[in-house]
Amino acid sequence: MLDFIKRHEGLWLFSRSPAVIIAAIVAVIIILGAVLAPWIAPVNPYDLASFSLMDGLLPPMWEEFGTEKFPLGTDDQGRDMISSILYGARLSLIIGIAAMAIATVLGVGLGLAAGYYGGRFDAVAMRIADIQLALPAILTALLIDGIARGILPPDMQQNLRVTVLTIAIALSLWVNFARTARASTFVQMNKEYVQAAVMQGQHPLRVMFVHILPNILGPLLVIMTVDLASAILLEATLSFLGIGLPADSPSLGTLIRIGMQFLLSGEWWILWIPTLFLVALVVSINILGDFLRDVFNPRLR
Amino acid sequence: MLRVENLTVKFPSRFGDVTAVEDMAMTIAPGEIHGLVGESGAGKSTVGAAIIGLLQSPGFVAEGSLQLGETNLRGLDQFEAHKLRGKRISMIFQDPQTSLNPLMKIEDQLVETILAHEDISVKEAQGRAVDLLEEMGIENAAARMQSYPHQFSGGMRQRAVIALALCTNPELIIADEPTTALDVAVQSQVLDLIRHLADVRKVGFMLITHDIGVIAQIADTVTVMRRGKLIENGPTAQVLGQPKHPYTQQLMGAVPPLDRKIARFPVPEDVDGLETSSKGDGAEAWLLGGERQDSVGLTLDDITVQFAGSRTSIWSKPDPFTALENISFDVRPGSVMGIVGESGSGKSTLAKTLTGLVKPVSGAMTLGGTNLPGGKARSRHHPSRQLIQMVFQDPFSSLNSRHRIGAILAEPLWLYGLVEGESSRRDLCLQMLSLVGMAPEAIDKYPHQFSGGQRQRIAVARALLARPKILICDEPTSALDVSIQAELLNLLKDLQSAFGLTIIFISHNLAVVRQMADDIVVLRNGSIQEQGPSERVFDTPTADYTKKLLSLTPVMPRVWSS
Amino acid sequence: MVYFIAKRLIQSVFVMLAVAFLAFSLFRFVGDPITQMTGVETSVADQERLREDLGLNDPFALQFMRFTGDMLQGDFGFSYRTRQPVAEMITKRIPATLELGIVALLISLLVGIPAGVYTALRPRGIVSQAILMATLVGVSIPTFVIGIMLIFFFGVQLSWLPTFGRGGTVSVGGWETSFLTIDGWRALILPAVTLGVYQLTLTMRLVRAEMMEVMRSDYIRFATARGVPMSRLYFKHALANTMVPVITIIGLQFGGVIAFSIVTESVFQWPGMGLLFLESIRFVDIPVMGVYLVVIALFFVLVNLIVDLLYVAIDPRLRIKDVS
Repeated sequence: MLDFIKRHEGLWLFSRSPAVIIAAIVAVIIILGAVLAPWIAPVNPYDLASFSLMDGLLPPMWEEFGTEKFPLGTDDQGRDMISSILYGARLSLIIGIAAMAIATVLGVGLGLAAGYYGGRFDAVAMRIADIQLALPAILTALLIDGIARGILPPDMQQNLRVTVLTIAIALSLWVNFARTARASTFVQMNKEYVQAAVMQGQHPLRVMFVHILPNILGPLLVIMTVDLASAILLEATLSFLGIGLPADSPSLGTLIRIGMQFLLSGEWWILWIPTLFLVALVVSINILGDFLRDVFNPRLR
Repeated sequence: MLRVENLTVKFPSRFGDVTAVEDMAMTIAPGEIHGLVGESGAGKSTVGAAIIGLLQSPGFVAEGSLQLGETNLRGLDQFEAHKLRGKRISMIFQDPQTSLNPLMKIEDQLVETILAHEDISVKEAQGRAVDLLEEMGIENAAARMQSYPHQFSGGMRQRAVIALALCTNPELIIADEPTTALDVAVQSQVLDLIRHLADVRKVGFMLITHDIGVIAQIADTVTVMRRGKLIENGPTAQVLGQPKHPYTQQLMGAVPPLDRKIARFPVPEDVDGLETSSKGDGAEAWLLGGERQDSVGLTLDDITVQFAGSRTSIWSKPDPFTALENISFDVRPGSVMGIVGESGSGKSTLAKTLTGLVKPVSGAMTLGGTNLPGGKARSRHHPSRQLIQMVFQDPFSSLNSRHRIGAILAEPLWLYGLVEGESSRRDLCLQMLSLVGMAPEAIDKYPHQFSGGQRQRIAVARALLARPKILICDEPTSALDVSIQAELLNLLKDLQSAFGLTIIFISHNLAVVRQMADDIVVLRNGSIQEQGPSERVFDTPTADYTKKLLSLTPVMPRVWSS
Repeated sequence: MVYFIAKRLIQSVFVMLAVAFLAFSLFRFVGDPITQMTGVETSVADQERLREDLGLNDPFALQFMRFTGDMLQGDFGFSYRTRQPVAEMITKRIPATLELGIVALLISLLVGIPAGVYTALRPRGIVSQAILMATLVGVSIPTFVIGIMLIFFFGVQLSWLPTFGRGGTVSVGGWETSFLTIDGWRALILPAVTLGVYQLTLTMRLVRAEMMEVMRSDYIRFATARGVPMSRLYFKHALANTMVPVITIIGLQFGGVIAFSIVTESVFQWPGMGLLFLESIRFVDIPVMGVYLVVIALFFVLVNLIVDLLYVAIDPRLRIKDVS
């Protein structure tokens, strides 16, 4: 067993850094909790019938008025904090992962093609990237949201909330992938195995996806983790600003926004507990991302 | 002056300590040029780094004594050791381009080095710098040293680097592959310069290199290393001419001579993973069978290749850069055509033109009598895609490191529809591996599990599995050690005579080309300087450029080798 | 080199045009400007007349040209929400956002660069590890959380600093500045730190990565072999070469600063462009949204152009053609 770990450099480094192990555990716990939320959460916070105002503003169970029924307390509407957080994390993760996936496919595809074909195609692709970059992430997201608000009839807006958010976030992230994929592809294009494949007459798509792609995965994986963290943060920020998910299907960001109302009045748990979860999740993902970066780039160790 | 004894250097790793150098000993007197020769992984650079204290961490000196005159180098602390650098020992590296700070003028780099060790005025330091550069052979030094490194040519940069190493008057200079990246003519000048410095200034040199010809040209004494251990040492003439140790003998035997063509290189005994068995017969039959065609020839008629220049001004379009100009030659079917040239001569462009990666602006190519379209005009399905195959220079990048050997080898088989069925393809691949001298287990492994020489064999196997008629070898042995090179060249010779392949062998190494080629073309700056039967050109060259190349290439004098 | 600058200028113009086009499309196609402007009472005939007067029935290209022309002259149209000229609304807010952004950027550079250099040169020390962990956490906490935490500690618990608004400002030739009063500075600190923290962590990591890369280069090795004093090595050689790629990223960062200012302004109720933009989104006030887009892109493009010029000034390889 120890031999197996030693032989794989990545695993070896993993076993040597306590921070990374803890991060991985935390991330897994939160993610599992979020995925299994519908089954393990005590209450469904979206179901209006499942909570009542009478239970509102109860503190966590270790405080004076807390009860075991609501271990982490309730918010002003009487919703159980644990359930809200689990469902909230679920939404945050769904949007984050979906946005990252779209950005990956879009960015890597464009970057690979730009690197492979070069010339005009590359120039055009880079101009588009430049324009996207001139509009920083939050701006893009807000803009898409604003446009959606303007175009869609009000009744559809609610249903499409998640989709709009996901697209908005994905659009602000793809450029990172495209640039990295492009730069890596350029490097690979000079390598002789690519020249051999092209020279043999292989189809461009085959060269790009069967030959080049496996060799550029390293840096892309790092960006995927970093961007996952960014996506989650971005969604949280948007929800906090009131543009993201609304109060009746809240994500962690929305919960924080709601909680901020109670900053001065003493019901600290409504604000700080969702905050803690959000930060824990993102920190873990970032630690893992950093770890991956070190694995793929030995010189930075 | 320098005395090294029992030197052992180790590198800790997760598998325990790796011994890079074991029990090394060496002495260098003032004015002596001491060559340190060995193949890659021998530990030569590590020895140099250990002496000057620049070992890559986490390497450390485990044992041994390092004496420079009266000073015990191992006994110094960090600061004393650093004060010694430059003042008494200096080191120069292989690539002059990356050795110089791109943001600083040459003058500033010289002055700061001088001032780091001597308490003189800036003006005095500048004066010294000018004198030094002129001694190095850089004319108009006072003006030229106002330039930045990227404005110097390769040879001038290396001279500037040597000047930088010398400006503090060290007793010993460790030169790690100082001329490997340079052209033959420039290399010759730099080697002469080093000899001159040793003779006149009595500076001791540790000349680390894998090029035995360089050692033969200027080294007084030689130490041969292998896998971290000292194999043999002594005066150059003795070690190179009458080597005592079997390994040294093999090494010298593997050096391709420049003055004659030998049929085959003597095969050394323990070679990494070389398998000789008859299991390759199946592959042999397959290569010979199929549509039995005779060997095919290739001709180039007045080929010119140009690239668009880079734009530097808004007003005018840039001049195109001519990589190849009016190239015409004829490759006879079943023969080996050697293409010789230095960097920038256009040899790689020529290879790319032949394989359709680059399109000529004028001229025509024919393959076995039929027209061969160039560049994008050559469709992916054109028969030449199969008939022309290539072996590349860098064994570390010519195989896709994410694919297994089996997949890499089988690709041409299904791409060109040569063999149907996955298991039949696998069988053929196994036999082809045997044919090139590889163990059959290789088929399920990944490229990184093999050495450079083994990877080149796999590359040859891949090329052969397309059943080509023309094999282009672009510097196939330039990245390999001399003994591995010898095996690979033997392999190519054997394959060529067995299958009647037409081979185009491209290299900058004249000696290697002489061993392989029947005919030869000499390229310089995109145009042909001379061409003709190889033996004739080598024995009695007519073009000045050829004569110059032949005279400046460092070789082992015939009188030494038995 | 002139060619290089000219090329960048043309690229910038292209980007601006593209952004203007986006903004224009926003105007034309998201919602109907006429209904936004006039409300329900106006008759259809009057609406048609208005449409004609404003040239909204003209061909697309013509409208776009007119739009760009207007923009270049400073005419940005009118807000749907407040009926005021957008130009006025935005220019009033620019000083607040710019001052906030500049101070935040300064914080990120003055702390981030030295921290990055230190952690690059002493990678295994305890202090470096602590700094790295701190930056990791810093990168993971959303800006608004940092803002909230700062408000909570300094504003509520300790009551040292104000928690919203700009405080006392002084008008200097039409530019409302916070720099000239203590009150202004007190109000500026918390938002600036909030905004700066994220940028700081990015800068630090970047400088660290680049510097470690540079320290491995051959010319550093050679300079060490020549006995150049270590301090000179670190600063004149290593740091100078590190700055070259770092400068380009700073340009991008400024864009980030402006973008994140939206969040900071929201948390602190800082009356800058970001807050204006946020409100315009809530009310779907298209003209303001569109113009904000263009102004931001303009800032971004300008900063990048300056960065490119700096790049050319520093790196002699770009200035002087090589002879070889």
